[in-house]
Amino acid sequence: MVDAMLGRAVQLLTPEGERVDDPDYDISLSDQELRGLYRDMVLVRRLDAEATALQRQGELGLWASSLGQEAAQVGSARALRTGDYAFPTYRDHGVTWVRGVPPLEVLAMFRGITNGGWDPIARRCSLYTIVIGNQVLHAAGYAMGVQLDGAEEAVAVYFGDGATDEGDVSEAFVLGSNLHLPLVYFCENNQWAISSARDRFGRAPLYKRAEGFGFPGVRVDGNDVLAVMAVTRAAAERARSGGGPTFIEAYTYRMGAHTTSDDPTRYRHAEELEVWRLRDPIERLKVLLARQGMADRSYFNQIDAEADELAVIVRDGVRAMQAPPPESMFEHVYAERNPVLDRQRDAMVAYERSFADEVTA
Amino acid sequence: MTQLTMAKALNTGLRRAMEADQKVMLMGEDIGRLGGVFRITDGLQKDFGEHRVVDSPLAESAIVGAAVGLAMRGYRPVVEIQFDGFVYPAFDQIVSQVAKTFRRSEGLLRMPIVIRIPYGGGIGAVEHHSESPEAYFAHTAGLRVLTPSDPGAAYRTIQQAIACDDPVVYLEPKRRYWDKGEVDLSDVSGDPWRSRVLRPGTDVTIACYGPMVRCCLDAAEAADVSLEVIDLQSLSPLDLAPVIASVERTGHLVVVHEAARTGGVGAEVAAQITESCFYSLEAPVLRATGYDVPYPGSRLEEHYLPDLDRVLDAVDRSLAW
Repeated sequence: MVDAMLGRAVQLLTPEGERVDDPDYDISLSDQELRGLYRDMVLVRRLDAEATALQRQGELGLWASSLGQEAAQVGSARALRTGDYAFPTYRDHGVTWVRGVPPLEVLAMFRGITNGGWDPIARRCSLYTIVIGNQVLHAAGYAMGVQLDGAEEAVAVYFGDGATDEGDVSEAFVLGSNLHLPLVYFCENNQWAISSARDRFGRAPLYKRAEGFGFPGVRVDGNDVLAVMAVTRAAAERARSGGGPTFIEAYTYRMGAHTTSDDPTRYRHAEELEVWRLRDPIERLKVLLARQGMADRSYFNQIDAEADELAVIVRDGVRAMQAPPPESMFEHVYAERNPVLDRQRDAMVAYERSFADEVTA
Repeated sequence: MTQLTMAKALNTGLRRAMEADQKVMLMGEDIGRLGGVFRITDGLQKDFGEHRVVDSPLAESAIVGAAVGLAMRGYRPVVEIQFDGFVYPAFDQIVSQVAKTFRRSEGLLRMPIVIRIPYGGGIGAVEHHSESPEAYFAHTAGLRVLTPSDPGAAYRTIQQAIACDDPVVYLEPKRRYWDKGEVDLSDVSGDPWRSRVLRPGTDVTIACYGPMVRCCLDAAEAADVSLEVIDLQSLSPLDLAPVIASVERTGHLVVVHEAARTGGVGAEVAAQITESCFYSLEAPVLRATGYDVPYPGSRLEEHYLPDLDRVLDAVDRSLAW
């Protein structure tokens, strides 16, 4: 479809909740699967709201909001198989949610308890990478390993529109193209890289870059969970079956600030948010579910109640999270014994203990 | 014992490591078909295949960033950066990812990556081909930094670096690539993270590494006083125990490196030795190093690089203090 805002993009569910056809992509999901997508998005949005509030209360050091990007994140992650591997950005709470990462493990990093938080091997989902674009190369390397192993797995890597400015992302495109790697490059174009507007700086649509690197690129309505899932499924299947990489540009919008440290009123107008509020990813699926009789008021209430429960778990869990002992900073710096660090740790422990003695004396 | 050049010793060491572990794979610019611009990987692609010896795109950040992903997948990538001055595009991946992923993952993701970099000057090269960037890496927590000084050490330590579960920046003194030395192909023992006393002496201790070791051994041979020459070999972690023991006997220490002086490895050695040997020292720790200037054009490099005379001059100044 061609939309005034999106241009040519894959869309299967309009902002009004109408199911439409696309010439190249389709998806057939059971009622249960559709309700599952709705549940995922509502819970992720609630997690995001709670985390934002917890930051305001001083319980988290920072939070990067995923508000408005639930369809792009949930739809793409639900298109992956358990055996595939995901490399999210630090905003992809919908991706980590779908990969089964417990929310409190995500929040631990934002509380300053750890720089990681979860088991990336068990979840087949890498830790949040804060340096913009670094993880796209990690995904390319991981995909090289998949290829070396002869495994039928797809590697999905997430990055924002801002990251496409980074050299690492272009280098990862080169690597993926040269080696025909089993990669899905999933770009969430949320229009804003902190204060830089994509439209103001980008002279060409992002998905068109793929052609120059030698693999297909497609733009999808990033607020349409069905279209995102359909497009990502096809790309992941292509990757698994030796078809090489695909670039997906999910056209969406960052409804919140860049992070809780940001003030978007300094660089964008409120009217812009109004336009995107009408394209809300959750609302349109809710309309579809209701209209087609796949869910009723009691179902929606039940999901809202579940979100309330999640909020309690998140609030209580975050507040209960204690910092680890100071000397733990010396753990896992090196895999093998390092006498230099051993000496520094011992000195630190002795120094800190000297104060404890004073207090007890 | 076999006589080999350092280049051939490294080549043989890489081959042995690839034979010993199927997960070891190589990646870098021109390392496959060409065998690398210094031929260190000569013949390896032919014998191990294009998937284990990968000719990478001309993209250093990609080489190192992909190594991180390969390590996450259980591989042991050994990557080559073509020249010292070309490592900087990969600096971000090295410092932010290679060095920190093990810690970030709380021990779940090991990064057994070796980053091989030919370094140092003395070969009459153009700009960016003669640099000594070791201090950047030695300053970065999470990395190990190794530099061999002779073919025997190169043969052993390249295999030990590959077997190590930590990331290792492996600096190869390129002007020593073609020097021959004794190599025991059946021996990969010895602790690579220890300094080596290469020549015992009684008057002045010389701490050096990489390309300067040969120079310091020559200086010791030429000197009319007795010099103890210690090859630091591991720049991170630094093993100064043999240096401390030596300085307690000699009371004099000269640190020698090609890299610029300020904030260099020599500064760290001087600080630690001052702390540990304050009452043994009969003179301040002196340094014979490169100057704090961008590496000069090749017609001037002999004035920049410490040489036998500058080492002996530092020895004289120390003894005359």
